[in-house]
Amino acid sequence: MKYEVIVVGGGHAGIEACYATSKIGHQTLLITGNIKNIGDMPCNPSIGGTSKGVIVREVDALGGLMGKVADTALLQMKMLNGSKGPAVRCLRAQADKEIYPLRMQETLLKQENLTVMEAIVEDLSVDEDTKKIKGVVLSDGKTIECDVLILTTGTYLKSEILRGSEKLLEGPHGEKRSNELSDNLARLGFQIIRLKTGTPPRIDAKTVDYSKMKEELGDQVHYSFSFDGTSDYDVAKQEKCYLIYTNDKTHQIIKDNLKKSSMYGGFVSGVGPRYCPSIEDKIVKFADKEKHILFLEPQSMVKGSSYYEALYLQGFSTSMPIEVQEEMIHSLRGLEKAKILEYAYAIEYDAINPLQVQPSLESKIIENVFTAGQINGTSGYEEAAGQGIIAGINASKKLKGVAPLILKRSEAYIGVLIDDLVTKGTIEPYRMLTSRAEYRLILRHDNADLRLRQYGYEAGTIAKNQKNKLDKKINEIEETKKLFKEVKIKKDDLEGLIHNPVTSTLYELAKRPEIDLETLVKLYPPLEHIDKDVLDEVVIETKYEGYIAKTYRDAEKLVRLESKQIPFDIDYAKVKNLASEARQKLEAVRPVSIAQASRISGVNPSDIEILAVYLKKEYNKDE
Amino acid sequence: MMEDTICAVSTAVGVGGIAIIRVSGPKSIEIVDSIFKGKSLADVASHTIHYGHIFWKNMVIDEVLVSVMRAPKTYTTEDVVEINIHGGVAVTNKVLSILLACGCRQALPGEFTKRAFLNGRIDLTQAEAVGDLLSAESENARGLSINQLTGKLSLIITTLKNQLLELESKIEVNIDYPEYEDIEDMTVSKVYDELKLLFVDIQRLISESNNGKIVKSGLNVAIIGRPNVGKSSILNALLEEDKAIVTDIEGTTRDIVEGKMILNGNVINFIDTAGIRETEDVVERIGVDKSLKTLEGADLAILVLNNGEAFTKEEEQLLEKIKEKRHIVFVNKDDLEGKLILPNGVEAVYGNTVERDGLEALKKRIISLFELEELSKKDFTYISNARQLALIEQVKTSIDNAMKAIEEGMPVDVVAIDLSEARTKLGEILGDVYDEELIDELFSRFCLGK
Repeated sequence: MKYEVIVVGGGHAGIEACYATSKIGHQTLLITGNIKNIGDMPCNPSIGGTSKGVIVREVDALGGLMGKVADTALLQMKMLNGSKGPAVRCLRAQADKEIYPLRMQETLLKQENLTVMEAIVEDLSVDEDTKKIKGVVLSDGKTIECDVLILTTGTYLKSEILRGSEKLLEGPHGEKRSNELSDNLARLGFQIIRLKTGTPPRIDAKTVDYSKMKEELGDQVHYSFSFDGTSDYDVAKQEKCYLIYTNDKTHQIIKDNLKKSSMYGGFVSGVGPRYCPSIEDKIVKFADKEKHILFLEPQSMVKGSSYYEALYLQGFSTSMPIEVQEEMIHSLRGLEKAKILEYAYAIEYDAINPLQVQPSLESKIIENVFTAGQINGTSGYEEAAGQGIIAGINASKKLKGVAPLILKRSEAYIGVLIDDLVTKGTIEPYRMLTSRAEYRLILRHDNADLRLRQYGYEAGTIAKNQKNKLDKKINEIEETKKLFKEVKIKKDDLEGLIHNPVTSTLYELAKRPEIDLETLVKLYPPLEHIDKDVLDEVVIETKYEGYIAKTYRDAEKLVRLESKQIPFDIDYAKVKNLASEARQKLEAVRPVSIAQASRISGVNPSDIEILAVYLKKEYNKDE
Repeated sequence: MMEDTICAVSTAVGVGGIAIIRVSGPKSIEIVDSIFKGKSLADVASHTIHYGHIFWKNMVIDEVLVSVMRAPKTYTTEDVVEINIHGGVAVTNKVLSILLACGCRQALPGEFTKRAFLNGRIDLTQAEAVGDLLSAESENARGLSINQLTGKLSLIITTLKNQLLELESKIEVNIDYPEYEDIEDMTVSKVYDELKLLFVDIQRLISESNNGKIVKSGLNVAIIGRPNVGKSSILNALLEEDKAIVTDIEGTTRDIVEGKMILNGNVINFIDTAGIRETEDVVERIGVDKSLKTLEGADLAILVLNNGEAFTKEEEQLLEKIKEKRHIVFVNKDDLEGKLILPNGVEAVYGNTVERDGLEALKKRIISLFELEELSKKDFTYISNARQLALIEQVKTSIDNAMKAIEEGMPVDVVAIDLSEARTKLGEILGDVYDEELIDELFSRFCLGK
């Protein structure tokens, strides 16, 4: 049996990849170690968060599953950064760890054009002459053929679970790991890097003294991740999280036992993420901090589920031996008598050097192989999903022989993510941050559909009715903008609302920081009949008009530099005068444009100048 | 590292006893060695100088001293050889043409300095300082340029840039970790306070840049007045030479005449102008228009009046014209019987050119008006060229915008846009940002051989 597409791995990247290709109509096979683990959330019980929440919206805008499934598994929902500005607002949900994977499994198992099988892939079958993928080899020696392969192996490549000096050769939840795939990838020419990440302990909910903790509640507003409005939770019945702090005693225990930690004891060779540090990392690196904040979060409300009674202790990831973990946890207020259901662990795994990946997510080493998620060096469910859907869409485009979808840094967080990976590479698990996106004011939570749905429609992952809905929204936004400029509110009605009132249009009023949407609706009640999302969009675009325009202008400059393309076959040895570090970096990354070249660390403006002059001379293209 | 070897005459051709030809690039030592009879240059220690002869086709071309400087501690950071030859035109051209025949390429204007920049030895402000140092006409201009060349200005700019970066990163941490109460909360009011301090620093840089301009280019002083009040005589007396033609005939000066002097280490450029009056004479009319234009661009106007004549309507208009500008009223011919009555509140310096009276007082007045005495005691670290000034003005605007945005209640992520813009502009001053046209344009203004 031959498939058009094989996806290896049923995590958040693999799900989006196989869902996209099968939805477009390609015969797709998903190979996973365990069907029950499809859509598993091995770490935190949440979806979204700063910048990640926007990625969920982008995945949804492109026709992905993450937002829609999360919408049906919500325990608590919050809008973060509400006061810090429109560019950085994002949703963060507590998601039910039992429901979320179940819904994913249901969806994939009934998906047309998609076959799901349980197996472990240990090798690739590659055509020696063309360097094209032919298929995958399973642990039992069988080969399955395919045209395009998408590798989303997560943390399962030679994974090792570490607690103190204890080491287990397995993936999360004691799942089977792939022993040989990374060695075989190395043999084929992939550069393998070793990364580390960790997860905190799970606490028995019945043994926690909540009276000593501060409650963290969800927002009293109803939100959906999906632009199709699929969430179904009851705002009044959201689950609570709890906030606690570490104290002197906790810090002392950690300091006394530092040598026993896998990381500090020298038992780990992988590099851990700076942005999601272990508690021992935080105490060593921020020695002057008296306390660190922790959250106790519910994992599932499904009675009988192993997650039901187990709370997730966010911020407390550690690789200490279990007896030290006991002591550490019991030093925390409210957890003095807590029973630990699952101890924290660090996990080490193999990934590939993302500099060997093209901006389309196709490998530079073997044609028709795409990679997405943790194998590319990222961390996080959302980062994985964002790459997964792009890998799926571009696998399809490759099959169809059309140009890949490469999102610009000014179009999507997913564009920033992939560009960073393939341009700068990574030595630690890459986590998305809003500060990585220089054009974030136009990469907002609210406009992801306006930015990306059209691409999804062109790729075939967005249906006609969704596209119609988008067109309607765009139209309504234009109409409402016109209305804002036409409707005038009389001076008398503005008394007490603004300083020195004069008769003003809705547009002029919306520009004022003290006037919010609610006030506008009060001043001009017919606005009630306009869709809330449309109004939000118009108010944001009016209020921040100058800054948004400025960001677009900056982005435009980038587009001009992006259009200065570097030929694929350029021989950097022939570009005279390049600094040797720049030459090596350019050789390794092989950037597609002057803009991408200028983002490579170690390539200086003077090198770019030299490169630009060379291109002009050699290829005679000024623009 | 550049791969071709360039050469150029680094001294003015045809004058002077010695000319220096500079050669830079990977083959500089090899090429010069091949035409040099003396020690083997390939074997001599770095930064040493050697006596010998330039030979070409078995003929002695010149008796020379050759300095060998090996990478990386050289002007361009490449291997550099400098040949001291006799300064005649024929010798210089001959040696240069031999070098070209041996595989060197004629350097473009500013190319040695451009290489120093591209090879990362100096930043853009330092490269600009090289050009400034070459054209420095006064002691103070020299001081300004050398400070900039040694990186003092770069340090100030870099410090500002780092302060902005720190502020931005504090904001970013807040945005990326909103739930963590244990990080310092960067409220807009905290950002505002820090911006206020930065704004003061930048404001100072800008206001002092005027000093930079004075130090670098000197002061332009327009001498104006009705015809025949003695403007040209004053110019000549100040310069102590007969620059301008002086007669008793009204309207003798028809074009502008300039002359420079040094006051407290600064160049003062005096510009004598045609007497300003209504005239039917076409040539004189052009002169009058030029005078008015000169006045517009001048840093200081000296209005000359004649003590022997009454104050006229025309002079009243001129006084009105220069009111907004820094100006000095000089009453000339105070040896004549005083018929002049100055309007109320107008102060003047009195003197005459016949007895050279009042000229020192006039100079003192210029010195005090521009605080030239204090200026020469200062540490010359100023923004001094139009490119830097334009950029620092933009930095100021961005910071001002950020503060205004905070005042208007804009959220912190929007404010961050202005901050990163300000930081980018500071980087542009140093040449951090790739800009092909800028770099080409900048180095093309250099003279050959530098």
